[in-house]
Amino acid sequence: MRITARGLRLVILTAFAVFFVVPVLWLILAPTKADGALVTSNPLSFGSFHQVALAWDHLDAYSDHIYRAWIGNSLLYACSATAIVLATAIPAGYGLALGSFPGRRLVLTLTLVVMIMPAAALVLPIFLELNSLHLIGSVFSVILPFSFFPFGVYIAYIYYATAMPRDLLDAARVDGASEWLTFRRIALPLAKPIVALVFFFSFVADWNNFFLPFAVLADSSQYPIQVGLSDLLSSTPSFNPAQGGGGQQVNIFRPELALATLLAVVPVAIVFLLSQRALVRGMLGGAVKQ
Amino acid sequence: MRGLRVPRGLPFILPYLPFLILFGIAPMLYALDLAFTGADGSWSGFHNFARTFTDYRFVPAFEHILQYTGIWLGTLIVFVVGLALLLHGRANRVSSAFRFLFYMPGALAGAASVLVWLFMLDPAVSPGSFLLRVFGVDLFVKAIAPGNLPFVFAMIAFWTGAGGWIVVMYGALNTIPNELEEAARIDGAGPFTIAVRLKLPMIRKWIAYMTILSFATGTQLFIEPQLVNEASLGLVPDTWSSNQLAYQLAFRYGDFNAAAAIAVDLLVVGLLAAVLIVTRTGLFRRED
Repeated sequence: MRITARGLRLVILTAFAVFFVVPVLWLILAPTKADGALVTSNPLSFGSFHQVALAWDHLDAYSDHIYRAWIGNSLLYACSATAIVLATAIPAGYGLALGSFPGRRLVLTLTLVVMIMPAAALVLPIFLELNSLHLIGSVFSVILPFSFFPFGVYIAYIYYATAMPRDLLDAARVDGASEWLTFRRIALPLAKPIVALVFFFSFVADWNNFFLPFAVLADSSQYPIQVGLSDLLSSTPSFNPAQGGGGQQVNIFRPELALATLLAVVPVAIVFLLSQRALVRGMLGGAVKQ
Repeated sequence: MRGLRVPRGLPFILPYLPFLILFGIAPMLYALDLAFTGADGSWSGFHNFARTFTDYRFVPAFEHILQYTGIWLGTLIVFVVGLALLLHGRANRVSSAFRFLFYMPGALAGAASVLVWLFMLDPAVSPGSFLLRVFGVDLFVKAIAPGNLPFVFAMIAFWTGAGGWIVVMYGALNTIPNELEEAARIDGAGPFTIAVRLKLPMIRKWIAYMTILSFATGTQLFIEPQLVNEASLGLVPDTWSSNQLAYQLAFRYGDFNAAAAIAVDLLVVGLLAAVLIVTRTGLFRRED
């Protein structure tokens, strides 16, 4: 009886693991095969590295290397916005947690509400606002809204409110350190794991955002990779046989599309690994010091 | 002397405030303003709301997102909680390996996840083509037939997001004191009873949080139908979801007041969900 219950549990877990993993496996293997082979060969078989190189050549040649531009744009938008988020959210969380000033509760509540609200709900209002300011089509219409990341403020706030030893700050103040120096020398170094956490969430949210750049950018050379993928999708015959001729011209078929998708995910995967390392190191570092 | 000093902490939030105001508060107020005024800027009451409501695409779009959200929430609650409970109490190494596998698709959010599933739904190349054929799908266009779309989008959302929630639920389950489980076991409770009677009530507020948050997110659906519209050469309308309809009203027709009215409808849903989570689940309650 116990054995069958355990077996059933394993079967269910494995079935779900297959559901979650097989599409990822397929995506990794697809660029190794030619378009025809994708249909005829085993979906989870490996083709050759030569095909990957070929698919990359086609993808790179598409619309005068625009794929590189899209990746570069995504990096530019996500990195600059995340830098601003780090510079504004960490001090803000600190100020909200340990300060006392009129309006503190209001700022905290507004931050919390906007943080929980789905980000997409604000995209059209932001578009309408930027439109009235004639900022549509500028890279700032992506970077500046991305730089508002209430979740980052909330993470920093929770950290400083719960884990920051107040005696330490008081000691610094008694020693005559200014508010800024106290933050710079004591609060900020203690928050290293939080910096990694905020960096991770902000970068990933920006990298994966489709709706906002789709709405506020006009020129395809400004697109981040997420919007670029949709552009690529609409110009291939992979799912539209009616587009047949177009596919021949641009040389974008299923393997190229799969490669484009796969490469678009790589930065997020790298940031994921880096942040996890930094997080673990940060926590261990803190533990040793105490 | 002290009275002249800047209130403690205030300078630290000053760099953040313009962002909160410009991209958090002001867009909402501006959308409200647009929604209640005419094209000439004069007050028009609920005219824009009434006008968009009677648009022939409005009700279908809301029906679509409600169907989609309903299916998604159902699968999310049942499978996320079920899988978290199944994982909890396993040997740690096995359980963490499964959690990693479930979480992995989370890296493929946004357009990438939709593209992957467009491939998975194409019987010509999908590794699950035998399953698709069981459901009578022998051509890609049949997979994205209008009746299937709420299920397709729910599956994509589940595929990318469920792993993250499983990790959250698993973490919440780990906060249950061991002694409690031990006591129940000594009292003769089996694993099933422990899961349903002890563990489930302890993670109730996390389930509530996931449900409300996902409901709000679900109503904002945009990218999935947008990409399927592009892949289907217009077979699927570009006003399938409410956000798409608002987008089209703004972009294709330049009717910003109508677009704002729908955006406000959706904002209200998101705001209500946020307020509900803050005030009812107790997850964000702090003593200050």
